[in-house]
Amino acid sequence: MVKVTIMGALRHAIDGKAEVEVEASTFKELIDKLSAEYPGLKPQIDRGVSLAVDGRIYREAWLTPIGEAREVVLMPYMKGG
Amino acid sequence: MAFDETKHDYKVIGTRPVRPDGIDKVTGRALYGADLSAPGMLTAAILRSPHAHAKIVKIDTSKAEAMAGVKAVVTSRDFGLPEDQDLRDTQDNCMARDKVLYDGHAVAAVAAINAQVAKAALKAIEVEYEKLPHVIDVDDAMKGDAPLVLEGRALETVPEGWSQNVTNYCEFGHGDLDDGFARADLIVERSFKTGATHQGYIEPHACLASMGPDGRGELWCCTQGQYMVREVCAGIMEIEASQLKVTPSEIGGGFGGKTTVFIEPVALALSRKAGRPVKLVMTREEVFRASGPTIHSSTDVKIGMTKDGTITAARADLRYSGGCYPNGTCEMGAQAAFAPYDLKAVRTYGWNALTNRPKEISYRAPGAPTAIYAVESVVDEMCQKLGLDPVDVRLKNAADKGTKSSYGVTFEDIGLKATLEAAKAHPHYTAPLGPNQGRGLSCGFWFNFGGNASVTLSVNTDGTVNVTEGNPDIGGSRASISMIAAEELGIGYDRVRTIVADTTSIGHSDTTDGSRVTFTVGLATIKAARDAKTKMCARAAALWGIDPEAVEWVDGAAQPSGPNAGKFPPMSLAEIAAVSFQTGGPIAGHHESNADGAGVSFGVHLCDIEVDPETGASKVVRYTVFQDAGKAIHPDYVEGQLQGGAVQGIGWALNEEYIYGEDGILQNPGFLDYRVPVASDLPPIDTVILEVPNPGHPYGVRGVGETSIVPPLAAIANAMSRGAGVRLTQLPMSPPRVLSALMAKG
Repeated sequence: MVKVTIMGALRHAIDGKAEVEVEASTFKELIDKLSAEYPGLKPQIDRGVSLAVDGRIYREAWLTPIGEAREVVLMPYMKGG
Repeated sequence: MAFDETKHDYKVIGTRPVRPDGIDKVTGRALYGADLSAPGMLTAAILRSPHAHAKIVKIDTSKAEAMAGVKAVVTSRDFGLPEDQDLRDTQDNCMARDKVLYDGHAVAAVAAINAQVAKAALKAIEVEYEKLPHVIDVDDAMKGDAPLVLEGRALETVPEGWSQNVTNYCEFGHGDLDDGFARADLIVERSFKTGATHQGYIEPHACLASMGPDGRGELWCCTQGQYMVREVCAGIMEIEASQLKVTPSEIGGGFGGKTTVFIEPVALALSRKAGRPVKLVMTREEVFRASGPTIHSSTDVKIGMTKDGTITAARADLRYSGGCYPNGTCEMGAQAAFAPYDLKAVRTYGWNALTNRPKEISYRAPGAPTAIYAVESVVDEMCQKLGLDPVDVRLKNAADKGTKSSYGVTFEDIGLKATLEAAKAHPHYTAPLGPNQGRGLSCGFWFNFGGNASVTLSVNTDGTVNVTEGNPDIGGSRASISMIAAEELGIGYDRVRTIVADTTSIGHSDTTDGSRVTFTVGLATIKAARDAKTKMCARAAALWGIDPEAVEWVDGAAQPSGPNAGKFPPMSLAEIAAVSFQTGGPIAGHHESNADGAGVSFGVHLCDIEVDPETGASKVVRYTVFQDAGKAIHPDYVEGQLQGGAVQGIGWALNEEYIYGEDGILQNPGFLDYRVPVASDLPPIDTVILEVPNPGHPYGVRGVGETSIVPPLAAIANAMSRGAGVRLTQLPMSPPRVLSALMAKG
């Protein structure tokens, strides 16, 4: 199980909690499971999210392994100039 | 053979070779967006709304279409209706469909035999508008009774009870705020407002479009991302991506403002209708009225601090408006606001509200400068109230490796403390100040990211190398990429030429933004060079009749990797290249990937300003930038990025602002009235580059293009507070505002 920190504005979709535990080994598995188990998260996931895994931010790298991660944070999709 | 993942003994990296685009640019040989022409080319012009908000009742183009020399007229009727909402917004911004949402919104366009005919035809187009109430200010837009810019666009994350103009909401942070504020000896709470600014690139948007009767198109344009242009335009034009070839021109500045399209779909639609190539170039007035400015903002900050300078709790409420379409820039600001600090209790809340202004587009570190301006202003005020040194307070609370950031992510190796210590040790920090002068300081932060890149590295038979990549060079990336290729291959910089290819010549590359190119394309170049080295070692091994694994690459040549491999003289790159046709064919290395691990970036700016008490005019008299670059590939370009960001931030702080009249019409769409700093306004901008390696890159590279615009806003406000005794909470700190504050102080 991976413990995922969810950004504040999405916590309404996970009963107000700050973290959820999900059985997932990759970025893709994680967002699929989150969408399935917490449908309130799906619109944001469909629009785009980034994932921080042990301090590194990933935007679209679905195959990134997260099974051994100490910290996983679901973030907004990064943009820049 | 294997290659080390990390490298430290550099021969090329860190040197300052001549920039490859320099001669073309100073002699006028470089081809920008407006420089291209084609046989039979038409000239286009766009009719724009004179109203801030109005329903389009009717558009009659018949008189224009009947004019001699007019070859095509288009309106929204000439475009489909994309399913994707973002694409639909982009198309609507290029050509209004049902109503105009801001002064300058496009409503029709003409292609004619020359500019005079095109302009005359615009006057012959009859548009019937029904004016609607407008809203320009973000705080006004959030009120329940505000005129609605668009309806039904609020995301599911927006709590109930807000105006429908509120489209985005976000929240970040951790810890117990009430407990933190209860432990504070001093609590300061302030509200700030900042004006919208423009990226101010010198080159206006320009393109040449050619659509054939077979449905195939070509587009030449100035852009930060030719693949982005292709995807967006192909979607709007309802053609397959492969049928549209986009070639990026040389670019005269972008700073984030060329990461979308404004005119390209219009030029393509006109070309398709006219059956001839169409050139479309924005005027400067159009650039201001209809291409992306930044958000404008309204921010509340509350910070608690103990007498020794420890921050016990911090909160920021950020209300941003990115103009007339939804956008998530508030998320970036809310994440960045307290990033420089290691806080036990912190919370940021962000909103975006629609206003009748042009669609916001990114500008260096979008969302961060205004957020950090508010936070760093309050921190400085608290330092003054408690009699504490501003660097010491920031060092005491500074984020470091292992800090859980205010946006939830634990930092890896970061260089904030190193930059603060460098600022404190610098002679600037203790230099005497003159009359009416003050010194201010601010931290800055940006995330940086990686993304997709494709690189081909071709080894020519004369021993030279071409690198082909897909990211427009807006800050010196061709030099950096050539240097990285030379470093990896062990050859001279002058043996490598890097070019930026069109969309059909190499695989996809993401847009040049997010301070990503030197990191991401550089990483792909390293991998492509290592791929080429592997192939060259194999060619040498074949000639020597030994196992490829027994060959290594040293100082630009293949050589046997040990005594058991046999005795053969090294074969240089040039020697291997010269016989490549005879040993298996051309040699090239490739790499395509989606890179991550870009590594965040911190900076500290130190600024002295002098305020004229008679006029309120202020002048920057000394400025030093300290920034962690991870590893500076070409220090000249890194310094240029730091200086350029500082100057743009100085403009944001002191002069630049979109000014609207009561009628919602932009009052200053030109460089005479929208005042950017010029060389005579500024002192030399000193730079100190720190190198705290990014663990996510074999050379330690971090992006440097965006962080430098973040600190100037607060650094200057803090300098003004300390020098003139007035704390301005609204940007820009223009002379009338400063004079008013001085007079109020008495």
